[in-house]
Amino acid sequence: MTDKRVSFSGLLLPAALLAPQLAVTAVFFLWPASQAVYQSLLRQDAFGLSVTFVGLDNFVRLFEDSSYLSSVQVTIVFSAATAILSMSAALLFAVAADRVLRGSTAYKTLLIWPYAVAPVLAGVLWWLMFNPSIGIIAYILRGLGISWNHVLDGDQAMILIIVAASWKQVSYNFVFFLAGLQSIPRSLIEAAAIDGAGPVKRFFTVTLPLLSPTSFFLAVVNLVYAFFDTFGIVHATTNGGPGTATTILVYKVFKDGFIGLNLGSSAAQSVILMLFVIALTIIQFRFIERRVHY
Amino acid sequence: MAEVSLAQVRKIYPGGFEAVKTVDLAIEDGSLCVLVGPSGCGKSTLLRMIAGLETVTEGTVTIGGLPVNDREPAERDIAMVFQSYALYPHMSVYDNMAYGLRNRRTAKPEIERRVREAAGLLDIEAMLARKPRQLSGGQRQRVAMGRAIVREPKVFLFDEPLSNLDAKLRVQMRIELKRLQRKLGTTSIYVTHDQLEAMTLADQLVVMNAGRIEQIGTAMEVYEKPATTFVASFIGSPPMNLIPAASDENGQYFGETGSRILRLRSSAERIVVGVRPEDIHLGEAHPGEATEPDSVAFTVEVSGVEPIGAESLVHGHTGQGHDLTIRVPGYAEFGAGRKLMAHASPKTLHFFDAGNGRRID
Ligand SMILES: Nc1ncnc2c1ncn2[C@@H]1O[C@H](COP(=O)(O)OP(=O)(O)O)[C@@H](O)[C@H]1O
Ligand SMILES: [Mg+2]
Repeated sequence: MTDKRVSFSGLLLPAALLAPQLAVTAVFFLWPASQAVYQSLLRQDAFGLSVTFVGLDNFVRLFEDSSYLSSVQVTIVFSAATAILSMSAALLFAVAADRVLRGSTAYKTLLIWPYAVAPVLAGVLWWLMFNPSIGIIAYILRGLGISWNHVLDGDQAMILIIVAASWKQVSYNFVFFLAGLQSIPRSLIEAAAIDGAGPVKRFFTVTLPLLSPTSFFLAVVNLVYAFFDTFGIVHATTNGGPGTATTILVYKVFKDGFIGLNLGSSAAQSVILMLFVIALTIIQFRFIERRVHY
Repeated sequence: MAEVSLAQVRKIYPGGFEAVKTVDLAIEDGSLCVLVGPSGCGKSTLLRMIAGLETVTEGTVTIGGLPVNDREPAERDIAMVFQSYALYPHMSVYDNMAYGLRNRRTAKPEIERRVREAAGLLDIEAMLARKPRQLSGGQRQRVAMGRAIVREPKVFLFDEPLSNLDAKLRVQMRIELKRLQRKLGTTSIYVTHDQLEAMTLADQLVVMNAGRIEQIGTAMEVYEKPATTFVASFIGSPPMNLIPAASDENGQYFGETGSRILRLRSSAERIVVGVRPEDIHLGEAHPGEATEPDSVAFTVEVSGVEPIGAESLVHGHTGQGHDLTIRVPGYAEFGAGRKLMAHASPKTLHFFDAGNGRRID
């Protein structure tokens, strides 16, 4: 691998180049993050009149709260399913595109479109299609003898947000998988063909292992996406319901903080989420450094 | 073990480009056949059709007496060594070599035995646990060969396997490859653009140009009797000098130098006379000096000398301005502009029809 690093001699130019990014990070990330940490250590009474310092009590309470633990469970199911569904669909499309159209753009462009759609719109779109009274998919499912009503059925609500969230992410994954596939030298696949491996075996023993750096990167990106960026989808479709069947952690932060006005608990929840992202990012960087160049 | 034959084989790529133009070729069982020609002449295309990596547009490819046009690469019992080696980067050297055997459900002890044996043959036993990226270019090359050997296929196919190595290693691997091929006795087809590599390796040399076969023969046959001006200029380094000549009712004029050469049994009006750099002998030009009766003499004006160790290449041109290269032993000290007398024995001359480039005997 060639080293693409650029080196600067002075200090002023790099500082000037970094300044806007650092400013944005400070205003929109560091400041709110520090506020969240600060808030998570406090407790306000119901009317917001008095504030007391409670230490880690907010965190302790969270882990004793069955609704929080069930939200963790919901989030794990949702995130894992979304990452798996969106990545396998994307890989399928990428393999098809790589085979049929090495280099053609029409198919690629079509698959990239969903990525430009806002999460709320993606949610509304799938919500409409699955709408029990007017949705085309609900209609088809009814034809197949499945009664669809995600307003009442928690599992179905979960499926709805998984499908909507995955659909939006497929295009992003597709681009990376396609790039990964196209960087695998054709002679490797040919060598495997001569070595007696059929298309399926070639895929699992040569192509997929060579895509593992891409897959790992995407797994992290998709998990982070499912944890955070899917707020809009949940908000627009299920509002976390029925009951708490689709209340993922990030939605619970919003619900407890803005609707329940329990700011201390909500802040503690955001801090936990933040730690989770930091952990994922560290893992990602360590693995990218070690594993990507085989 | 198997013979390979191509009958009226053509390849037209989807874009409409005809990369191989109706080729016939028979390769004997156990022999090493080298396809040589300039880049883009269709060597790889031909090899890949034998491997089954490209479809055959027309004609029949036969391996061991069986037509294989409709067979998948895996069903042809061939092994191929690629220029890029195409080693599986995520597998150890051992797994790289074992992969083909595992796919064919060979028993584990047998895989182990064959991999160890091939590794011993290629001197890579110490590297079986390493990944390809931990190997040097030459070692990767050996692993690629090992992967082909363990399969014990009917035919080995090599597509410029040594091109990515440095000059010294290339010579060493070339010798080793020849030795291995002899030892294993497996029919092999080897593609290269390097005429020296081709000459030293080939039992059967196939010279290709622009999708066609120009000549098939042993290395010495091709060298001594090039069938066309293309072969004459491609095989041999430095290449054969080709000088246009005219002919009249009395015979041929050599390079319009005034030297008359023997009459040819050919109706061609315009011919090309070929003479190898090593077949020209130099002497001082003394006006009026009688030339040897049985030699063709002409004057050469030196334009430069390249010493290459044991011998020197003298570059110059004839009175009519045709470029010539002459190989002389030792270190030749001729200044530019020096006029010399050159002699060539008529026996060493080659004649070609200037119209179609074919040899006239
Ligand atoms: N897949 C392809 N599609 C179209 N043309 C091709 C393809 N592969 C090779 N060619 C063309 O066929 C000719 C012969 O190619 P190749 O067999 O690779 O030549 P060589 O190996 O002798 O250098 C070249 O002009 C090349 O551009
Ligand atoms: Mg080639």
